[in-house]
Amino acid sequence: MTQKIKVDDAAQAPVVQAQGLVKQFGDFRAVDDIGFVIKPGQCFGFLGPNGAGKTTTLKMLMGLSDFDAGSLMVLGQSLPAAARAIRARVGLVPQADNLDPDFTVRENLFMYARFFGLKPAMVAKRVDELLAFSELTHKADAKVETLSGGMKRRLTIARALINDPDIVVLDEPTTGLDPQVRHMIWARLAELRTRGVTLILTTHYMEEAERLCDELVVMDQGKILEQGAPAELVSRLVASDVIELRGAVSDGLFTTLRSMCQQAERHGTAVYVYTHAPAAVLAFLGEDTGLTIIHRRAGLEDVFLRLTGRGLRE
Amino acid sequence: MRRSIWALPRMRLIATALIARNFLVWRKLMGPAIALNFGEPLIYLLGLGLGLGHLVGTVGGLPYLTFLASGVVASSAMTTVSFEGMYSVFTRMVPQKTYDAMMATPMDVDDIILGEVIWAALKGVISAAAILLVAAFLGAVPGGVMALWALPVVFLMGLAFAGPAIMMSAIAGSYDFFNYYFVLVVTPMFMLSGVFFPLDSFPPALQLVVQFLPLTHAVEVIRPLIVGQPVTQLGLHLLVLVGFAAVSFYGAVAMVRRRLWV
Repeated sequence: MTQKIKVDDAAQAPVVQAQGLVKQFGDFRAVDDIGFVIKPGQCFGFLGPNGAGKTTTLKMLMGLSDFDAGSLMVLGQSLPAAARAIRARVGLVPQADNLDPDFTVRENLFMYARFFGLKPAMVAKRVDELLAFSELTHKADAKVETLSGGMKRRLTIARALINDPDIVVLDEPTTGLDPQVRHMIWARLAELRTRGVTLILTTHYMEEAERLCDELVVMDQGKILEQGAPAELVSRLVASDVIELRGAVSDGLFTTLRSMCQQAERHGTAVYVYTHAPAAVLAFLGEDTGLTIIHRRAGLEDVFLRLTGRGLRE
Repeated sequence: MRRSIWALPRMRLIATALIARNFLVWRKLMGPAIALNFGEPLIYLLGLGLGLGHLVGTVGGLPYLTFLASGVVASSAMTTVSFEGMYSVFTRMVPQKTYDAMMATPMDVDDIILGEVIWAALKGVISAAAILLVAAFLGAVPGGVMALWALPVVFLMGLAFAGPAIMMSAIAGSYDFFNYYFVLVVTPMFMLSGVFFPLDSFPPALQLVVQFLPLTHAVEVIRPLIVGQPVTQLGLHLLVLVGFAAVSFYGAVAMVRRRLWV
């Protein structure tokens, strides 16, 4: 099985190939010499704190943002020369809502098709399918301004699919949405992936990245810090388990703990112990430490904080 | 790898998608738009034409109402196009992010601005046609059916006024910024381009200055067409309007690229 996937991967050219990309805004390097390869049918994630360069990278992929150095190939064509041809085969779900407030839900889809040169008669069936896909059929004739935030986002996703794209680019697709909508969108994105659509997304929800992404990069300050599958990143960069201690941990105890485990960090009044052998640490700590002890599986969030630090990004 | 904002704009058929969009929005809000298109000139022509006309009598051998109506066809198209190129384009470009949505499709800034310029000029034609109809109803269109030739000229002058207005949108921080353009450009042209009184009533120096204003040339063509007189120096007037249209289209594309490209 594994073997077969490898053969398939080798046979399929990457949908995105980036090398040495640099983007400069005056003195500020928004994207600083990054490279990555995205395979067809993958869900590829860009993870990073605000200002890491994720959105700029997505804009470069779509030919919406120039780059100052490097090379970028999307769907076998190079940017920026082939930007229009590439955009014809890509759908974008932007961070900020830019639906057309003068139109209804259905009209938004028909109108957007026109921007791709698709006449209404050509997309009538597709519009109905997309309304069903995004569970907006009952709202088809409602004005956009009457929709909730979740409905708007679903419509934006439907709109991004109007040209039957090979790649869908999503910039923080579920930010600000309630859990029901978020789960619904995750299910739809998973459905798209089973149809072979390549998904490229940015997020700072670790759960989203863990659920959706086959592969992801962690970015900070314009650089790629790490790349891999979520589970692989967790096991490689932190340990399998985290034991969090809250309360007064003495320096002596902290030193001992650090010698027992893969890694230990102190942040304020909390100590984080990353370990592959949690039982031993817990046994050592015993019952009467006077500390609050939380034991959990390590996750992507631990990788993220480990790589990008705990300082606020403001 | 950096695109140049000064690259020559391309004209492609996909610009019609934006025109279609604007037309569908206009159709939804047609009632108030038409009321404005007909109501305003009717009031102007009745108030000024009949009221002031009573005092003025004839101007350049024409009844004042006829003189005024033929000028207002042009000036009203200028105002309509300027409003569209500023308030409406700014709304789509900045708060509404309509252009951002379009730029994620194969449409480029070139296509968006080409569509906007044509759409603004068409709106100018709609408003000019409404005035022409009102004027005809008041018996102020002696040129008869030949007056319809004024409409393609209005379209051309619309193109000449759309570009500068869109350039203003491209540098505007907010709607208030447009006051400068209205006070410094639109209103002076409104008063100085021969809409309300003939140019020969100006001192010679001013007569020379107004030759550089596009509205002057538009009025010089549109007025004779409406009143049924021969147009003099047609080539020169059209050339000036074509020049304003071409240069300002290029400028508008470049400046909107500078604003929207990142």
